[in-house]
Amino acid sequence: MKALLSWLREFAPGIDGDPAELGDVLSALGLTVEETTVTGSVPDGVVLGRVLELRPHPDADRIQLVEVDDGSGKTLQVCCGAFNMAVGDLVPLARVGTVLPGGLEIARRKMRGQASEGMCCSEIELEMGDDADGIMILNDRVAAGAGPGTPLADALGLAPDVLWDLDVGANRPDALSVMGVARDLAAGLGVAFEPPDWSTAASGPDIAESVNVEIVDPTLCGRFVGRVLRNAPQGSSPPWMANRLAALGQRPINLIVDISNYVMLELGQPSHTFDLGRVAGARIRVRRARDGETITTLDGVHRRLAAGDGVIADGDDEAIGIAGVMGGASTEIDAGTTDVLVEMAWWDPPSISRTAKRLNLSSEAATRFRRGADWGYNMERCMNRFVQLAAAEGAEVAPGTIDERGDLPDRRPLRVRAARVNSLLGTGLGATEMAGHLRSIGFGADPAGDAELEVTIPSWRWDTETETDIAEEVARLHGYESIERTVPTANEAGGLSAYQKDRRLVRDVLVGAGCYETQPMPFVAPGSLAAVGLPEDGVTLSNPVDDSESVLRTSLLPGQVRAVAYNQRHFNGDVRLFEIGHVYLPAPEGQLLPDEREFLAVALAGEEAPAAVAVLDLLTDALALPAVELRAAGLPGMHPTRAAEVVVAGRSRGAVGEVDPEVLEASGVSGRVAWLQLDLQEVLDGPRTRRRYRPVSKYPPSDVDLAFVVSESVAAAQVERALRASAGSLLASIQLFDTYRGAGVPDGSRSLAYRLRFQAQDRTLTDAEVAETRQRCIDETSRRTGAVLRS
Amino acid sequence: MRPSLARVIEGYEQAATGAEERLAAAADLDAVSGIERELLGRRSLFADAKRRLADLEPGERAAAGRRLNGARARVEAAAAAARERLAAADRDDRHAAERLDLTERLPHTVPLSRGRLHPVTQARDRLEDVFVGMGYTVAEGPEVETAWYNFEALNIPDWHPARGSFDTIFVDLGEPEEVMLRSHTSPVQIRVMEKRKPPVYIVAPGRTFRTDTADATHLPAFNQIEGLAVDRNITMGDLAGTIDEFVRAFFGREVKSRLRPSYFPFTEPSAEFDISRPDGSWLELGGCGMVHPNVLSNCGIDPEEWQGFAFGFGIDRLAVMRHEIDDIREFVNSDTRFLSQF
Repeated sequence: MKALLSWLREFAPGIDGDPAELGDVLSALGLTVEETTVTGSVPDGVVLGRVLELRPHPDADRIQLVEVDDGSGKTLQVCCGAFNMAVGDLVPLARVGTVLPGGLEIARRKMRGQASEGMCCSEIELEMGDDADGIMILNDRVAAGAGPGTPLADALGLAPDVLWDLDVGANRPDALSVMGVARDLAAGLGVAFEPPDWSTAASGPDIAESVNVEIVDPTLCGRFVGRVLRNAPQGSSPPWMANRLAALGQRPINLIVDISNYVMLELGQPSHTFDLGRVAGARIRVRRARDGETITTLDGVHRRLAAGDGVIADGDDEAIGIAGVMGGASTEIDAGTTDVLVEMAWWDPPSISRTAKRLNLSSEAATRFRRGADWGYNMERCMNRFVQLAAAEGAEVAPGTIDERGDLPDRRPLRVRAARVNSLLGTGLGATEMAGHLRSIGFGADPAGDAELEVTIPSWRWDTETETDIAEEVARLHGYESIERTVPTANEAGGLSAYQKDRRLVRDVLVGAGCYETQPMPFVAPGSLAAVGLPEDGVTLSNPVDDSESVLRTSLLPGQVRAVAYNQRHFNGDVRLFEIGHVYLPAPEGQLLPDEREFLAVALAGEEAPAAVAVLDLLTDALALPAVELRAAGLPGMHPTRAAEVVVAGRSRGAVGEVDPEVLEASGVSGRVAWLQLDLQEVLDGPRTRRRYRPVSKYPPSDVDLAFVVSESVAAAQVERALRASAGSLLASIQLFDTYRGAGVPDGSRSLAYRLRFQAQDRTLTDAEVAETRQRCIDETSRRTGAVLRS
Repeated sequence: MRPSLARVIEGYEQAATGAEERLAAAADLDAVSGIERELLGRRSLFADAKRRLADLEPGERAAAGRRLNGARARVEAAAAAARERLAAADRDDRHAAERLDLTERLPHTVPLSRGRLHPVTQARDRLEDVFVGMGYTVAEGPEVETAWYNFEALNIPDWHPARGSFDTIFVDLGEPEEVMLRSHTSPVQIRVMEKRKPPVYIVAPGRTFRTDTADATHLPAFNQIEGLAVDRNITMGDLAGTIDEFVRAFFGREVKSRLRPSYFPFTEPSAEFDISRPDGSWLELGGCGMVHPNVLSNCGIDPEEWQGFAFGFGIDRLAVMRHEIDDIREFVNSDTRFLSQF
């Protein structure tokens, strides 16, 4: 909502002061000032000039010579770079000595040898608009009696003014009007708010004899007020009105439309005008639409209505307007119109809101009706204002007012507990003080004893209905900044959950392992899940911002592969990336929302699968995960022979290995990418190993190296398990330290070399004990896995 | 004597059948190419038969041509199948040669360079730490939400004028506009209060979504943090004081905060909160207010017994301010030249 200071002062003449300070008062009341502009200010020395002659400059193509009458009796020569003037035009002329808003001082000078004694100005040079293309041509815009030499401000009826652009919340339908802003600002400043009222003499036959209005559905229309103008004048609105409309961002159109907009902006009440001669039977019926009923609206669009939409129908029951949203084309005012029916109504906000949304039709009127317009006395004031403005331009006002009622909001006086208001706000205000605040903005408020108030909510505050709403009004007028600041005393310890702490640990481990955390967006393009070998079963978006981002990911793989490709394209080398983010798996039967889980992914570009396993080992250790097993498997998106399922405590929790080379190739990634993805939620919520103390042995260890030739069909993990089982309690640690394939080892087998460390808690092991254990390890491992000791 | 055309066609059909068998057994691509040359090439039986079709009556020519082409198509299909089989075998061989036993866990050295946490994560962690220090726990919720959690329970019915301002991204589940990507973190308030009775002191950081086209200052996916305190006697003074405490702890002791009236359907009274800048001006940071009684009732909490405040603001912008980042698309590009700076 925009508001002009001069306009506000018509409702509260006491509003005065520094624009910045007034702006602060508005913001502190919740009418947030987004922008403040000083308008209507014309520099001294800019006058009307009349173009007498236009001549080419003898030595320049882009400049012409203009002979201008400045009213002084002599003719000035001005060099001008614009060519949109004609002889006889009235233009703004900045005389020598004028300082333009941009700081340029007009001096007498020569341009290519020709004297220039002033400057003809464009809108932008005077900061009166955005047009920089030509000189302002003012022929039709100047006031009667103005001519060459008249100061521009006088000629255009301009006076310095302040324009505020305000951000108004959806709970303040009243503040979408000059009057509503003035009411708040006057209260904020403690000055009187005195809205004018208007009355106009009527003549001719009473409209009650000729016009009939019926509210068929009282839940749709709470009130319908109508008046008739006869011989409504055509043509444009007077300059003062056009100037104000333009200042508030409304383009002037024609007198009747402009009056409608003017009253809406000034008082908050939208209106609609019908060509009464084209309303069949001069009869109006307000009802809900029939499903499939059609109407051509003012914008020329043929629209299909749905049951529930509100319509205004004529005597033939044909829809001639969509209630509160847009009028119909069939009764639009045109050059042939003589009698105009002016409608002002109160519409049920949810009904208007649903229709406007369904038709995707938003108008200034609908915006106000959706938020709840004023249904009280103000409707008469608005109608009076409308006919007064029309009469001033020559319309005849017919006597009689239609005022039909439907269901209006029930606003019985509300009991408000002062203690409750104080308890919400943290204030210690008395009931009388609260009442004073409320009365300053038009609420009725009578203290009922010390503890309670009887509050009457005004009809322009549809959104205000409860004690809490009243508390907000009190807080606003009291001033949010006047509320004493305190801090609640929580009787609970704050903290992160175990999950949240572990998630931070995971991130720290990965950062320590040289990985960069990424947060790609969770959308993928249709087909990109299939492209990484996953089922194309991601949930789709109904209104994606970008069609290439219209599916919710079911895996972190597409995003990470894309990230690796992005880094390769930008020559960032082999990157190590990780991500912790949500994936959205198809909803289980009977559940509406997807199965949303937090996953972890690690992508190591230029690395082979064991690097990803090493990262998994770091996490296993940091999180004390029990019994992590790798089961070789063909997994979607992964290298067919370099991937394993990660099994934690017997349950599948993810995958480790390398990304499928075909996926990488299709994504423009060169080289290998080691990959780990875990269902982080399940892993962190799952079982952990308890870290129990074992005394550190005081006795020396004995290390034994054993190399086995093992068939490729036997996993190293099986060999290790066999070694652990056979070594028994003397085994302190075991580590694979070499693998070998080639000469000396049969095809289909490899050599695995382990270092076993034996140690006892209570003694130094004898050679015999070590030898015996060693032999047991060899025998058992051979028996269980077919491994043969390499000699 | 030249054999009749019928014999030639019959012969070609037999040769095609033979070729199908040979292609099915072909051991390499050379063999496949040889068979193709023999059956389909310029000097093949096919070419020969085709040339002789010209001698036939038009009626016979069409039937003979169909037979000939049918046989040719069989050979072509068999050749394509053979190539696919050989390529797959080649792939299998390569994969077999590359096979790794991932349980062969040799000692692995990790590179001696640190990675980095994402700047938004760093901001989120710092925020969590400040609020944890003030007695809050950290709550989380799903990113895909129902209209109940994202709107209705928050006192935003379907017709409410504020609904449009959320620019919600909807999801193709349930009825139209029934399921969506959450457009704010406020649904977590509802999820927490449905499960837990007051006192509640939580913050809820997380990803939120709007239909904003990505540019230097917007992303369709961004991060917010929500705060909620519900207890017996929480006041608006407590809200202002809490924001003051947080602002000083997070931005520095010299930074001030202020509250201005505003409107949100889920709080009453509602406010925007600003923080002071060194030059004396104010920067709008987020929204806040006293939890609307309808919101408490929707969670089965009696608003006469309990009251509370809520606040929310963007996390990404804090990272932007701290590091003077001029294009937030870098947050989602995963470019290590960007990520390595924080």
